[in-house]
Amino acid sequence: MPKQTFILNGKPVTVNVNDDVRVLWVLRDLLGVTGPKYGCGINVCKACTSHINGKAFNPCSVKVGDLKKKDRVTTIEGLPDTVGKKLHPMQQAWIDRDVPQCGYCQPGQIMAAVATVKKVRREGRQLRESDLDEIRNICRCGTYARIREAVEEGARNMR
Amino acid sequence: MSIAETATDAGNMHNPSSADGTGGSGGSGLGRRSFLGYVVGGTTLVAAAEFAATPRADAVIPSAPQIPELYDLEDLQTDAALPTSALISVTINKDGTASFAIPRAEVGQGITTSTAMILADELDLPVSKVKVTLAPARPELLLNQLTGGSNTTVSTYTPIRVAAAIARNALLDAAAIELGYAVARLRTYEGLIEAPDGTTISYGDLADKAASPQTKKVEVVLKEAKDRKVVGRPHNRDDALAAVTGQKNFSMDLDVKGALPTMVCRPPTLNGSPRRLKNRKKIKRMPGVKDVVKVNTGIAVRARTFGQCIDAIREMDVVWNKGSVEGESDHTILAGLKRAEIPMIVPNVPILADQIDADFAFAFRSSAALEPNCAIADVREDSAEIWAGLKVPILAQQNIAQAVGLRQDQVKVNVITSGGSFGHKLFSDAAIEAAKISKKMKKPVRLMWHRADEPRQGRLHPMVTSRVRATMLGNEVLSFEQRNTSVVTDFSHGLGEIITSTLDEAPTSVGKALGGLAFSETIFTLTQELPYNFGAVTQLLSETDGRFNTGSMRNIYSPDTAVASELVIDMMAKKMKMDPLEFRLKFIKDERTRACLEKVAEEGNWGRKMPAHRAQGIAVHKEYKGSTAVLVEIDTRPSTVNRKIRNAVTGPRVTKVVMAVDAGLVINPRGLEAQMQGGFMDGLALTLTSSCHLRNGKFLEASWDNYFYTRQWNVPRKIDVHIMDPGVDQPGGAGEAGVPASAAAVACAYARAVGKVPTAFPINHGEISFKPKTFVPPVPKSPTNGLKFTY
Ligand code: FES
Ligand code: FES
Repeated sequence: MPKQTFILNGKPVTVNVNDDVRVLWVLRDLLGVTGPKYGCGINVCKACTSHINGKAFNPCSVKVGDLKKKDRVTTIEGLPDTVGKKLHPMQQAWIDRDVPQCGYCQPGQIMAAVATVKKVRREGRQLRESDLDEIRNICRCGTYARIREAVEEGARNMR
Repeated sequence: MSIAETATDAGNMHNPSSADGTGGSGGSGLGRRSFLGYVVGGTTLVAAAEFAATPRADAVIPSAPQIPELYDLEDLQTDAALPTSALISVTINKDGTASFAIPRAEVGQGITTSTAMILADELDLPVSKVKVTLAPARPELLLNQLTGGSNTTVSTYTPIRVAAAIARNALLDAAAIELGYAVARLRTYEGLIEAPDGTTISYGDLADKAASPQTKKVEVVLKEAKDRKVVGRPHNRDDALAAVTGQKNFSMDLDVKGALPTMVCRPPTLNGSPRRLKNRKKIKRMPGVKDVVKVNTGIAVRARTFGQCIDAIREMDVVWNKGSVEGESDHTILAGLKRAEIPMIVPNVPILADQIDADFAFAFRSSAALEPNCAIADVREDSAEIWAGLKVPILAQQNIAQAVGLRQDQVKVNVITSGGSFGHKLFSDAAIEAAKISKKMKKPVRLMWHRADEPRQGRLHPMVTSRVRATMLGNEVLSFEQRNTSVVTDFSHGLGEIITSTLDEAPTSVGKALGGLAFSETIFTLTQELPYNFGAVTQLLSETDGRFNTGSMRNIYSPDTAVASELVIDMMAKKMKMDPLEFRLKFIKDERTRACLEKVAEEGNWGRKMPAHRAQGIAVHKEYKGSTAVLVEIDTRPSTVNRKIRNAVTGPRVTKVVMAVDAGLVINPRGLEAQMQGGFMDGLALTLTSSCHLRNGKFLEASWDNYFYTRQWNVPRKIDVHIMDPGVDQPGGAGEAGVPASAAAVACAYARAVGKVPTAFPINHGEISFKPKTFVPPVPKSPTNGLKFTY
């Protein structure tokens, strides 16, 4: 079986599995990293949202064989380390605003929020309502209103 | 017994707050109610109360009340606790914490937080030191272990306070000996007991000293409302940190040895069954695949990863038996409902009276949560263990035992926090299926439904028609009749048994009125209440067609009933040439609902001038011992309706929401606000976007890109929730209260904005705006182009 190597939450990992297994299952079923959740498996619900080289991606829709040795995959578990703190400002905002209900979608929501803020910064502008409108992550508990507040608060505290 | 009152003050038994059945320290000082409970024998302090409320006194019957005004679903579920003698207990631990296992399921509604708050208040302990866990199935609790009907706080509020108060008293007794002062001179705060000389001793240090070698019965008086420091103040959730760091474990995150990923290849038509897997050898040789077995619902495959289960399912060549609704489509089912509709009572054309007749249809909808149906099962020769999000674990335990041929006591059922429920997890479909598969494979399994399985084979809210006839004479309303006709709702999750076993306990006036009704009709009668003085009011349900997999969905009947009745109320107002708010205020029956209505009208600036294609809508709903009013503004301009977002159903946009909720005594306002906001998102989806289409025996929807639950692009940018204080000591339900008035207000606003009352919901059900995914194979291929969409 082929060896798959990439960097997961700051550390290199190697797994023996076929190329075509999607990254979500490598994370959850083989590496026991369960922060990214399954909600559809077809890049629609966004519950599995994580980061690759600092950008949001959906591991349910990427073959592990397409990852390169140097690719840095970050899941919710590794997010605080990216800022060298116990909690990323976006996670703190989520707690301050008491966002989670069942919590199932929230790791994906937070990873999407961080990426959205970074993206608008790359574009050299402020976060707009229309950016929030385009966050695709589903929350079946309907925490959308508090998510919007929390993204704005988190953005203010992100450097 | 136990929590029954010690009749020290007969007069107090009839005060208004004790007639509500949840007890409470209504009245002041003199003659405050006392409750009985136990200090349980053991080496650390355990205080217990019976999980039952006091029997209610029959209420005074107002003129022509509807049943829920006398006795509603909440009362029934609360009374269901009466015949049980099981205890719930609070343990004081040596580390100074208190622990309590609640016999309910946490599915996102925040009950572990609100329960910790109630305990903290009565114990004088910081909330952070109260550990609330979910109890496993406890058969001795009989049917009293059901999380539904938004009943948790209503039924547990008093018993857990009694247990906590007993614990606190026992700690004080022990401290009196340790510190050498009388109890009356001691003060409790933050988990400490302080003597007049300033010395303190902690609860932890007293935990064993306060323990009793034998179980003894004790009497206790609960804290008064004015002494509460935690209940009623906003509190963040106890599990938020775990949720935002990915540490909150759901069933599929548990590490159970050998429980490998397992999925089921399901039939192309609803409720079909497998005859034969033709290419079994090939499937067994696929990468990662370990086991393949046939069960009644399909072909199960167990593999190293879920991805390999999906690949195997897509390769399976299965011969299927027919399903339960072969050849049927939305319109044939609707025609069946039409045939089953029961007549109105008021004749068609009363002399001189104005009459409104309206007819509405509501499509099938999926109650699936974001976490799909799932369960871990490890079934052995002589025992079984299950891990799943279950709202009725006792029934699950019975069903599983039966399904795998074990005795009930050989099955251990662990209740795991769920990724949402909305009624879906009242049933234990996945747990039973997992147990069957595990038995057949002789291995532990981690069963998860594919998303596509949910709308296609999972439980749906049934299709419903609602007909309303109202007659008016001059400025008065003579009659209001509503007839709902529905595809059968499955109540086999235990609510049915609760009803039969409890109705005997209900006040006789109620028992008589409900006699002879089917379960669902009883529930309908217990929940529906039109809060208006409309003369002769009747609301009835009839059911037909039991071929579907159904269940309740964040409320059972109310959203559809409210949409229909509130739309007709707007039509009546129009006929009387009255403003919708003015009309409602004129006819509203009770002050608490009126207060909610007035609140949203004021805060939402009702009646402000709106530009073309935009409108306000207002609606109320009364249920769960509380009332809700919602005001919305909607934008239906073509430029808004047709706004483009990639792969999105956009449509009309609600731009502003103002909600007012009276939920009685509120334990946690922040949690209630969250429940109301979430309830709004559901109501919005029900009215505008989310439904399942039946075509030729199959439901077309297969994922969130077909089933349009509310998304950020539909969410109003402003949503205000006002929490009313009715000054009562009885908590109401919260989980479902936000949905009906929200769905209705959006419908009313939409009708006013487009100048036409819609008759079918959701309003976009008529068009299918997606290409249905394949039925064979039953699950879509996972894409591989994810790296193209990074951002
Ligand atoms: S599971 Fe990856 S987007 Fe839904
Ligand atoms: S918090 Fe439950 S799905 Fe978002």
